Amino acid sequence: MAEFWDGYALPGLWIAAKIGALLIPLLLSVAYLTWFERKVMAAMQLRMGPNVVGPWGLWQPFADALKMVVKETIIPTKANPGLFLLAPMLTFMLAIIAWAVMPVGEGLVVSNINVGVLYLFAVSSLGVYGIVIAGWASNSRYAFLGALRSAAQMVSYEVSMGFVIICVLLCVGSLNLSDIVRAQETVWFVFPLLPMAVVFFISALAETNRHPFDLPEAESELVAGHLTEYSAMTFGLFFLGEYANMILMSGMTTILFLGGWLPPIDIAPLNWIPGPIWFVLKICALLFVFVWVRATFPRYRYDQLMRLGWKVFLPLSLFWVVLTAGVLVAFGWAPGAEG
Amino acid sequence: MLIQFIVFYVFAAIVVGSAFMVIASRNPVHSVLFLILAFFNAAGLFVLAGAEFLAMTLVIVYVGAVAVLFLFVVMMLDINFVRLRQGFMHYLPLGAMLGAVLLVELLLVVGALVVAPEVETLAAPMPPVEQQSNTHALGQLLYTRYMYLFQVAGMILLVAMIGAIVLTFRVRTGVRRQSIAAQVARTRADAVEIKKVVSGAGVTEGI
Repeated sequence: MAEFWDGYALPGLWIAAKIGALLIPLLLSVAYLTWFERKVMAAMQLRMGPNVVGPWGLWQPFADALKMVVKETIIPTKANPGLFLLAPMLTFMLAIIAWAVMPVGEGLVVSNINVGVLYLFAVSSLGVYGIVIAGWASNSRYAFLGALRSAAQMVSYEVSMGFVIICVLLCVGSLNLSDIVRAQETVWFVFPLLPMAVVFFISALAETNRHPFDLPEAESELVAGHLTEYSAMTFGLFFLGEYANMILMSGMTTILFLGGWLPPIDIAPLNWIPGPIWFVLKICALLFVFVWVRATFPRYRYDQLMRLGWKVFLPLSLFWVVLTAGVLVAFGWAPGAEG
Repeated sequence: MLIQFIVFYVFAAIVVGSAFMVIASRNPVHSVLFLILAFFNAAGLFVLAGAEFLAMTLVIVYVGAVAVLFLFVVMMLDINFVRLRQGFMHYLPLGAMLGAVLLVELLLVVGALVVAPEVETLAAPMPPVEQQSNTHALGQLLYTRYMYLFQVAGMILLVAMIGAIVLTFRVRTGVRRQSIAAQVARTRADAVEIKKVVSGAGVTEGI
């Protein structure tokens, strides 16, 4: 019995506690991201934004959540009910499980695995399934067209994202996310790899189907794309999944290019602030850019979106991989070169 | 160890079960989804065996890219399920024969399998994080001992890709394409012409 307690139950409880400590703030921030987006867009368009429920509209996310929960879930007659319900769950689940490897501070990570970057890349490449299954299971033209667009778009931008990640990995010499952050102690990768950081962020916009690449749900042509037939909490899960994905992509950008939990400069007043706070601040800054882009840019045309992915980003990032490798080898900066 | 056993049997059972459902389910979209489930559980088995790099690569390449395209194609098929079942008995002998040939080939390959001596030392399962990780071990083997095979594999994939493009490429006439370079290169002189129009006379030449 003692063996069972020490071997399985105690570590299990500890892991559950860590997951809880990560998930509860995450879900709260997903809820408040919707509020943040509405407030920021309102300010950019000289409106008030949500201001009725609670002070500054702060209870608005909970009011919305309550509305979603009590509404009726409608499943279309000709839909495939199992897959129709599976799709939103899948979207939300994938947005959440990626956080298992995200280091929010020095040693503050649920699972510090060796291949953390690959895990994140794998999980983010699965995001397309939720949308594709939703589009097919809805048995509706608009939903299906949205799903097809989304599949093509996400697969295209993943390729250049992969090359950007390879650039970073070449500079680090490890696939472990904590090692990637520690490698940026002297200089954040955003400075030497600035073009790649920009490519990564734009690809992240395309991966999360955000403006200006929100063609899967382009409301002027496709009603709401894959979301057309969804109502109540099934819609709510898609919505939450999309916002959790935005936070995830901001987190990935922070870790790969903005030095994760590290302060900008390692001097006295800045390094008194604990690491997780820096991490959250950087994510907030990136999320602001997400919203800012949404309020500023018109939607891309579909052929231009594909052109940008395949004919601009792919050659550019491929060239940058070769360049990075060449520079690292030529100057003997490659990590592990001596070993 | 108990939990590992349980997890292993769960993964293995789901792999076998979903692999069976891939060929047994009536709807091809369900087949592809079961295939994805099988890939996932195979990745789980890799993780259990300590081959985390292979597990992640399996998920990225097969689930994240190949199966998406599969699903993409299968979803767009307009399939008549009754007609799909009709030729079953007709094709059974040929299918069974192909299956048998593949089985014999697999048995021959597995029977003659020898593990390279340096693999034993480099890729021991589950090395501690501080020592060599299995990503390093894989890289060192692939880029030294198996360099030529690795390059040849890449070449074969390249040839297959070019072949697919050549086979499906067709020149369509009458397509209006946007030429971004031509658009950007336009100057004011090409685009705008300013004319003084005498009242009541109109303009006759050009548009």
